[in-house]
Amino acid sequence: MAALAGVLGGGEEGEATGELLLDGVSPARSRGRVGLVLQDPDSQVILARVGDDVAFGCENLGVPRNEIWSRVFSALEAVGLDVSLDHPTSQLSGGQKQRLALAGVLAMQPGLLLLDEPTANLDAAGITEVQDAVARVAETSGATLVVVEHRVDVWLPLVDRVIVLAAGGGVLADGTPTDVLAQQGRHLATQGVWVPGFAPQRPNRIRAHGGGQLLAAESLGIGRSNILRDSLSISVSAGEAVAVTGPNGAGKSTLGLTLAGLLPPCSGAVVARAELARGLAPHPIRWKSRDLLTRIGTVFQDPEHQFLSSTVRAELEIGPRALRLPEAGIVPIIDNLLSRLRLDHLAEANPFTLSGGEKRRLSVATVLATAPQILVLDEPTFGQDSRTWTELVALLATLIDDGSAVVAITHDADFVAALADREFAL
Amino acid sequence: MTDLLTPTRGTQAIYRINPVAKLGAAFLLGTCLILSIDWVSASVALVLECVLFLFAGLSPRRFWLRTLPVWVAAPLTAVTIALYGQTSGEVYFEFLFARISEGSLELALATLLRVLAIGLPSIVLFLTVDPTDLADGLAQVLHLPARFVLGALAALRLVGLFIDDWRSLELARRARGVGDSGRVRRIAGQAFALLVLSIRRGSKLATAMEARAFGAPVTRTWARESRFGAGDWALIGLGALIGAAAITASVITGSWNFIGT
Repeated sequence: MAALAGVLGGGEEGEATGELLLDGVSPARSRGRVGLVLQDPDSQVILARVGDDVAFGCENLGVPRNEIWSRVFSALEAVGLDVSLDHPTSQLSGGQKQRLALAGVLAMQPGLLLLDEPTANLDAAGITEVQDAVARVAETSGATLVVVEHRVDVWLPLVDRVIVLAAGGGVLADGTPTDVLAQQGRHLATQGVWVPGFAPQRPNRIRAHGGGQLLAAESLGIGRSNILRDSLSISVSAGEAVAVTGPNGAGKSTLGLTLAGLLPPCSGAVVARAELARGLAPHPIRWKSRDLLTRIGTVFQDPEHQFLSSTVRAELEIGPRALRLPEAGIVPIIDNLLSRLRLDHLAEANPFTLSGGEKRRLSVATVLATAPQILVLDEPTFGQDSRTWTELVALLATLIDDGSAVVAITHDADFVAALADREFAL
Repeated sequence: MTDLLTPTRGTQAIYRINPVAKLGAAFLLGTCLILSIDWVSASVALVLECVLFLFAGLSPRRFWLRTLPVWVAAPLTAVTIALYGQTSGEVYFEFLFARISEGSLELALATLLRVLAIGLPSIVLFLTVDPTDLADGLAQVLHLPARFVLGALAALRLVGLFIDDWRSLELARRARGVGDSGRVRRIAGQAFALLVLSIRRGSKLATAMEARAFGAPVTRTWARESRFGAGDWALIGLGALIGAAAITASVITGSWNFIGT
């Protein structure tokens, strides 16, 4: 993908064999012929205002000034981004940012559009926005569209041809979507690709209720510098899964962090029942960091934020060590977690070098190492392949049925259907 | 952060001034004022500036709020100089190394006024500068290399993301059970983690920019024209004029002391 876009580094950043030509020349020398949209919405915004950002590519290509602005207008219209040119890019939602990136690329009038999992970091509404915009663009611009995706259903209605790459290199299948999926669908699904008709297996929850209440909040106000939401009432009991859902910016993550004892409430209080507090004061925000470990564990949306060590094993040891568990007791806990989460072959690897799915499994494992009574997970299935999804859901189902409580902030309707006992919609 | 990158655009004349002119005016004025340390030149400049602040396009509230650091820093500097500055004339008070004298008091007053006279206009002028306009001006008016100017402008946008990252890193450390002790070591570790994250964000941004033909071997055009007109020259002239007035007044009253003599 990067090679096609001409942004692959030079010889010092890796090895290249063979030749890739675009209109008969190397892609690096035909800038602007190819437009690339990447996965992460945040890292593609270049300038502070919407109009300037779209114009950026045209400026670099030396397009005359008056033509730039007419291109900017038609690009914004094509992607359906209906905001003023002066609108600050920092105030756009994920889906809007991806459409902005698409508009910026479109304004360069490329002959080839490359999309690298453009919807992986978006919620359902954002996915639909980008889907519609791409469909409209493909129809009106006449450009060739190449999309890399592990969620096949998102683009299936749009594509004419599907190419499956083999793991070791080479092409496994190439043909119409129907043919390729009929032939390779099962194989792809086992590799973690989301293929329509091969939905991942959902675990059987026992759903034996009756656990006591662990945590409750009445008329709770949440926020960081200003109040985001108030008058929220929510409780969490042992052995149940609560899904916190709602649109972007509704305060789901903030609610999660507040319940987890990491952010102070703006008003009201989060109260831990005796069964959870076990002798401590009733407000989790007052607890020491170490006291949280066995009570409330938090898995952050971005696993990299919570990694502290240079190897996977050392990462898992941090929690048990902070609890001052005996050295002999730590090893079996970690070995067990490593094998349960298929990380044993990576024990000595640096957490930052893992794949997305491995990072997610490790971040969950670090929390499980100290067996907290409540698990707060922020978008645990975001951007995950179907294999990690299945494993994660199965693992959580076992934990819940064993009496742990789970609070999951999620956009993922399948995840809610598979696990949640209750949905708390913000 | 949003406020810093996309400041509100006002209708007053100051918002139409090219940021390069503001930079030039502040630079000229500052240069004139650091040539001498005396209270006459600084107070003349300060008085003239105060008149101009009325046209700075800021509400009184915003003016005081944003210039607060200067109002705090100036007296602190003055107190330090009063206590430890060069002694001359009558000595009023002495304790260990501190010695307040006629000379050190005069020096302290001159410094207080000078910090205000240089600090206030710089802040006031830059509060109405939009970073995007400044970049346009630097590249189109001063002809600085577009690659560096735009690279810096794009990187500025990441600062907001770094602040979010830092907060998350802090909360994550509490969640991981290592938030109780060793604050210094924890912050060092956190800073390193932020460095790793920021390098990654930076390289992603660079890829995105390159994919939009940034650095393409053609002459770059500019969607927004950065004009430098009569109003801009006028502001630079004003800066020079205030500087000149301050120097003249100081020389006439005989209080001019060229720095270092």
